[in-house]
Amino acid sequence: MSLINDFIKFNLNETTRKSIAEYLWIGGSGMDLRSKARTLPEPVTDPAKLPLWNFDGSSTDQAPGDDSEVILLPQAIFRDPFRGGSNILVMCDTYTPAGDPIPTNKRFSADKIFNHPDVAAEEPWFGIEQEYTLLQKDTKWPLGWPVGGFPGPQGPYYCGVGADKSFGRDIVDAHYKACLYAGINISGINGEVMPAQWEFQVGPATGISAGDQLWVARYILERITEIAGVVLSFDPKPIPGDWNGAGAHTNYSTKSMRNDGGIDVIRKAIEKLGLRHEQHIAAYGEGNDRRLTGRHETADINSFSWGVANRGASIRVGRDTEKAGKGYFEDRRPASNMDPYVVTSMIAETTILWKP
Amino acid sequence: MAQILVPSTQWQMRVPKCSTFGSPIATKIWGSLLLKQNMKEAAKSAGKFRVLALHSENSTVNRTEKLLNMDITPYTDKIIAEYIWIGGSGIDMRSKSRTISKPVEHPSELPKWNYDGSSTGQAPGEDSEVILYPQAIFKDPFRGGNNILVICDAYTPAGEPIPTNKRHKAAEIFSNKKVVDEVPWFGIEQEYTLLQQNVKWPLGWPVGGYPGPQGPYYCGAGADKSFGRDISDAHYKACLYAGINISGTNGEVMPGQWEYQVGPSVGIEAGDHIWCSRYILERITEQAGVVLSLDPKPIEGDWNGAGCHTNYSTKSMREEGGFEVIKKAILNLSLRHKEHISAYGEGNERRLTGKHETASIDSFSWGVANRGCSIRVGRDTEKNGKGYLEDRRPASNMDPYVVTGLLAETTILYEPTLEAEALAAQKVALKV
Repeated sequence: MSLINDFIKFNLNETTRKSIAEYLWIGGSGMDLRSKARTLPEPVTDPAKLPLWNFDGSSTDQAPGDDSEVILLPQAIFRDPFRGGSNILVMCDTYTPAGDPIPTNKRFSADKIFNHPDVAAEEPWFGIEQEYTLLQKDTKWPLGWPVGGFPGPQGPYYCGVGADKSFGRDIVDAHYKACLYAGINISGINGEVMPAQWEFQVGPATGISAGDQLWVARYILERITEIAGVVLSFDPKPIPGDWNGAGAHTNYSTKSMRNDGGIDVIRKAIEKLGLRHEQHIAAYGEGNDRRLTGRHETADINSFSWGVANRGASIRVGRDTEKAGKGYFEDRRPASNMDPYVVTSMIAETTILWKP
Repeated sequence: MAQILVPSTQWQMRVPKCSTFGSPIATKIWGSLLLKQNMKEAAKSAGKFRVLALHSENSTVNRTEKLLNMDITPYTDKIIAEYIWIGGSGIDMRSKSRTISKPVEHPSELPKWNYDGSSTGQAPGEDSEVILYPQAIFKDPFRGGNNILVICDAYTPAGEPIPTNKRHKAAEIFSNKKVVDEVPWFGIEQEYTLLQQNVKWPLGWPVGGYPGPQGPYYCGAGADKSFGRDISDAHYKACLYAGINISGTNGEVMPGQWEYQVGPSVGIEAGDHIWCSRYILERITEQAGVVLSLDPKPIEGDWNGAGCHTNYSTKSMREEGGFEVIKKAILNLSLRHKEHISAYGEGNERRLTGKHETASIDSFSWGVANRGCSIRVGRDTEKNGKGYLEDRRPASNMDPYVVTGLLAETTILYEPTLEAEALAAQKVALKV
């Protein structure tokens, strides 16, 4: 046992200039993360200097068997908290050999939107609150819940502490430090209303970076739960009934919203979002209809509403923002299994580019 | 309670970062989570190994632990601040963390924050924001480095303290000039009980039965007399690391029950230190897979309850002639017995029976070295003619902000009428 431990902890920097790059990409379901590693002759910090790579798309439902190569294009680099040293994690997106983005590549069109001069000028900031549930490995029942039964009703668990109220804190805390180490802009964590449910927040991040950082944070979380022997679930309503669902509330602001008079820009943006409610909902995550019921601090999926400090609305504006006359707003509709590239670029597109 | 030492300013401790604490007591609790150190790792024979670390009992690589204990200071200036507040029941503690751009020294440097009050019974859903004001900083014994714990109190967006915010009123009392001049010291003896995870029966007690009667357990040692020492000891060091003014610990009369003392602290600090020490205790029991109970009478019958005796003195009490000041204070307290009792913790009537080293809840009494009284004065204090008094009435689930504020208010600010005073002096057998 101690031999394996020693090897994992090896500090390669002492013996070689080589470093290991773990290439990450999103698989065929749009929600499964995949990765594989390769050796680099020396440490790299600029994604443009990393080589393109490829993978077997027929094994991830992203290419037919007789033409299976899918190309990986490195887009963002983070420090590897599992390997340490100068080793890195590389967030990639996926292309055909001819150079076209494959259908599951949502980053490509998001990047185009964020590079549009009108959008770039507005410096869109995103703060994403990723909720998730931890499940026991073999039963797929939430962590800490009695198998074959239920814990006491919701109430004591939100930000709770104690062995009968908080299940899995070590995973959450390890994830916090790992992300800070990796260079992800993780801004906080908290225990959620349903026991064994947790949340972390990433942001503020500008433009496409929000999506990159959230995906790598999700990857790090899944690696940590793998170590802990616990299953990670991004399902938006893991347990039906009187138990909260899991969302990915997306906080958003543009330069105009952050400056004086921003509250009017915010109101106009919310109006536009209201006019495109159905299109957004369709892109905000599979199974969201089980979560957006109008109860458990959600707004009903069929109606669009907004309010100050109102957690039962589709869009919530904070009291600070109302008072200062400028700030940001929170889109509470996205589900925990949303694709941040899709959601962030769609919010930017609707509020900045779209004309009703 | 030990003799009074000079209070030290909080948070100036320079104790090296602590590594993981001793092995947890309940061995089966965290079966599917990776938490325990594999102490036998080195001694295990080469035998079979697993490529993936799936279960903690057979884990070959303990990488979650490595991440948890990682010192991030070489990689970033950022620190993690755990904001802590008291929830809607007045005794449940809540916390969440946020990243702060660089280390801070004073709570005023930290931003205000907010939380979802509708999830803690402190605000309605359509107007759910409750604002957190940072009030006291302690070092985080779980995260190490420059990371901190922040004790906060709760306000409406308009800036009014919400009804469950008891700190605000206490802070007002402690800023009153008369109170400030008297430099009130508090030493609080927090008792608590440890319960087994799923059955909520005290730790070490046979499930479905009882241990031998009380007698051998108070300050006892041995596997048949002391249940949960690791938690008490881990808590002691964690609090010292954090900068909490913890002054001692001991095993209590009921098996599975423990006590620690915080103090002497001046004014509002007493409340902040107790609440932070309670939070650290609940985080440790969470790790150990044991449930913390602050119930004042966890087991009915011939078993001690759990209290929060509050030792108290003012400058006048500590100086020459202080014993007379103490007697006057006791007089004032006797006149406000009912007000104090109603603020000294829910369920206290199950504990203050007049038996098991308590005074009956309905009657006020005092005595030197008498543990069956409401107020006890130590023999030292009587001999020296100065010192402090011990209010034995508060329950383990009392709010220290309320109790300390009330003690200061009643003994320093409250002025009874002369007739009331004379009557009380007779009743309580005091010549003032």
